[in-house]
Amino acid sequence: MKARRWTWLLVLPFVATLLPPLYARHGPQLFGFPFFYWYQLLWIVLAAAIVWLVYLMTRSVES
Amino acid sequence: MNSASVILVVLVLAVTALGFLAARWGGANLRSFDEWALGGRRFGTIVTWFLLGGDLYTAYTFIAVPALVYGAGAIAFFAVPYTTIAYPLVFLIMARFWKVAKRRGYATTADFVHDRFGSRPLELAVAFTGVLATMPYIALQLIGMQAVLERSGIAPTHGSAIAMLVAAFILLAAYTYTSGLRAPALIAFVKDTLIYVTVIVAIVVIPSALGGWGHVFEAAQRVLASRPKPSAIIIAPAQYLPYATLAFGSALALFIYPHSVTSVLSAKSADVIRRNCALLPLYSILLMFLALLGYCALAAGIVVNNNNAAIPALFVRFFPNWFAGVAFAAVVIGALVPAAIMAIGAANLFASNILQTFRSRAERPPIETTTARTIALLVLAGALCIAILIRPEFAIDFQLLGGAWILQIFPSVILALYTRWFHPTALLAGWACGMAAATWMQVSTTYSNVFPLHIGNTTMSAYVAFYALLVNVAVTVALTAILDLLKTGRGTDFTAAEDYA
Repeated sequence: MKARRWTWLLVLPFVATLLPPLYARHGPQLFGFPFFYWYQLLWIVLAAAIVWLVYLMTRSVES
Repeated sequence: MNSASVILVVLVLAVTALGFLAARWGGANLRSFDEWALGGRRFGTIVTWFLLGGDLYTAYTFIAVPALVYGAGAIAFFAVPYTTIAYPLVFLIMARFWKVAKRRGYATTADFVHDRFGSRPLELAVAFTGVLATMPYIALQLIGMQAVLERSGIAPTHGSAIAMLVAAFILLAAYTYTSGLRAPALIAFVKDTLIYVTVIVAIVVIPSALGGWGHVFEAAQRVLASRPKPSAIIIAPAQYLPYATLAFGSALALFIYPHSVTSVLSAKSADVIRRNCALLPLYSILLMFLALLGYCALAAGIVVNNNNAAIPALFVRFFPNWFAGVAFAAVVIGALVPAAIMAIGAANLFASNILQTFRSRAERPPIETTTARTIALLVLAGALCIAILIRPEFAIDFQLLGGAWILQIFPSVILALYTRWFHPTALLAGWACGMAAATWMQVSTTYSNVFPLHIGNTTMSAYVAFYALLVNVAVTVALTAILDLLKTGRGTDFTAAEDYA
């Protein structure tokens, strides 16, 4: 049952992307992209990585 | 005929052939309803990746999201957090739904609702909402197609664009009829490849021609700020709540649309769905860059009467003629794939839930595949009529309203996966109040999807669907408490705890 706790990691993408005051800013820029854009782009990748991690950790429990 | 038109026609005919050949894929017996409607629930990780990608990221998305960026600036980027949080939700919820659906043989959300609550009215409400939300969605795919046909030079007049639309649709209807879900599954490989190639070339070629991304953002900011109704490339504090609720509400609605459910149920295991939740975000990166093309159109000084023409105009400006043909083919084929899946999803609801007796699922006769096939044809014909007869703005308003409507089945379908605490009569009343609230808010703001709620001196603007869902849940909870106090009887739950494990 301990591995089930990994599922809680899925909360992170919600907190990171559903609070616009965290990222609705111009700077710091990266490759000409304002922070608003590269932060959200980064979170697409981070959320996918988190889902994959949770998948690996919870899969072992069930099989 | 220019080279763009030739390439467009050749690619569309090629996928039509694929659509018919799909009937032979995997030696299926297409007279069986499950084989026609859900590909026999046998698709693995890769097929599902292309199918769900081809299904969720529609041609309309690819035209409308950059068009909204072009027209309204940063607020349009809510599509990015929307598709970021949708996958953790699908990971948790749809894997569970897949299990119970596989165990009990469901083809639709309404099948589950009927089994879970033993309530025919609730089943009908869920099924009708699905069909109602899907029709304008199919129509919008056609409107996206039409925007491209008129811009590509292949259809010089409005009349010829309509004629081509009808021709493409007859072909689509024919292979959907014969091959079922296998047709869009196979064509999705072509569609997604063309879309990736187009977007990768676009983001390599266009920003560098415009002096780099830094310059694109600066130029876009200047144009947006100088408009009569100014906007910006960063959302303002007043837009925080609309931005977050649009993302959250859209993510909740995304996977209860009949076409998403159809694709999810065609997977061969719950793990196929879970794995895809980590792999599908590649399409979200694509969506982000596509949206940024809206800024490229602003920076390139493209001026169009209709925002939907901004991206086709950008392609015509920066691509050689033959590659513009590839890009246009990507959009047209990108419309055919979801249109086919949506027609099948709506047909499944009609055949499994609407055209049924009041008997329980176990006592119902098996579904005639011919019935489902015929309904898919009628659904496509209906959507074609909407696209041709109604002004495009109405179809867009109707689709926005559909997004708010579909979210109203969330408590009956998704919350019910976890609890049976809600009373079916209360769910039905909550649904009705949510539908009415969504419609009223949308109409009273002349079809804005953001509703300004005045509480005392403050105004809180948020996504219509989100507010309507709050109304829905409040009514459902209150009425459940009252009905339970009155000891009002409930229907039978035909599912068992182990069906969900």
